[in-house]
Amino acid sequence: MNIAELQKKMLAAARANPPGDHVPYAFEKRVTALIAARAATDPLALWVRGLWRAAVPCAAIALLLGAWAFFNPTASTKADDLSQNFENTLLASVDQTDLAQ
Amino acid sequence: MEQTEAELIAAVLRGNAASFEPLVQRYSPRVFATARRYARREVEVDDIAQEVWLKAFEKLKSFRGEAPFEHWLMRLTVRTCYDFLRAHQRNRESSFSDFTEPENDWLERFVTQPETATENADAARLLVGRVLERLSPQARLVITLLEIEDRSVKEIAQLTGWSVPLVKVRAFRARAEMRKVLAKMTTDKYL
Repeated sequence: MNIAELQKKMLAAARANPPGDHVPYAFEKRVTALIAARAATDPLALWVRGLWRAAVPCAAIALLLGAWAFFNPTASTKADDLSQNFENTLLASVDQTDLAQ
Repeated sequence: MEQTEAELIAAVLRGNAASFEPLVQRYSPRVFATARRYARREVEVDDIAQEVWLKAFEKLKSFRGEAPFEHWLMRLTVRTCYDFLRAHQRNRESSFSDFTEPENDWLERFVTQPETATENADAARLLVGRVLERLSPQARLVITLLEIEDRSVKEIAQLTGWSVPLVKVRAFRARAEMRKVLAKMTTDKYL
């Protein structure tokens, strides 16, 4: 069989039978309704989607930090205890007033 | 008074989504005709057309008005059809064993008396559809645009976003691929 000739005939058949261009009834209404629905829901949907996506990594990070803090308790010495230093600095003036009296 | 295309587009860009409807009405026949070249079932054709218009609405800001809106829309349509072909690569490896009687008759006639196998026969149209379905998405797109719609290489490059040399290379490969599919079809039938 002559494949090249068959190819030529097939392509000629495709050219001779172009597809129809009919449009389903009220197609344009459907498209505009879809666009309107998207516009109405989009801002909220974007936030919801973003927050849901962020929820899982946030929970994972919280769990990891919790586990790390639980299994590695740091022995705080008086010298490097930040909270104690902060408190001393903040209340220094009050302490001095107490001593003067 | 009927608004011009430019006025409608400007109104849509200002936020008046209702002005998009006349554009959909005006150009949907071309979108549907193009989609029907790549999808067989009407549900799929509907989906492609809908996708084209939703994308057109979203990307309307990128339409600069230098070329007609129809050209911009056709580029979007062809690219959406190509995406559809890539997402629905099915039945490409199946055999050609289930010919209908008219298809069998047409092929028999082509083998015995090629000049009597006319291109206008329904069977020929169905066979072409079967052959095109077995081509790769790239090959099908190139064959459709170049050989069936009779477009130039430059036009195809603009529609697809491929370079001119790339279109030529893909056209060469597509013709070879189609001959391979036709050879397989005849082998399945006669061996």
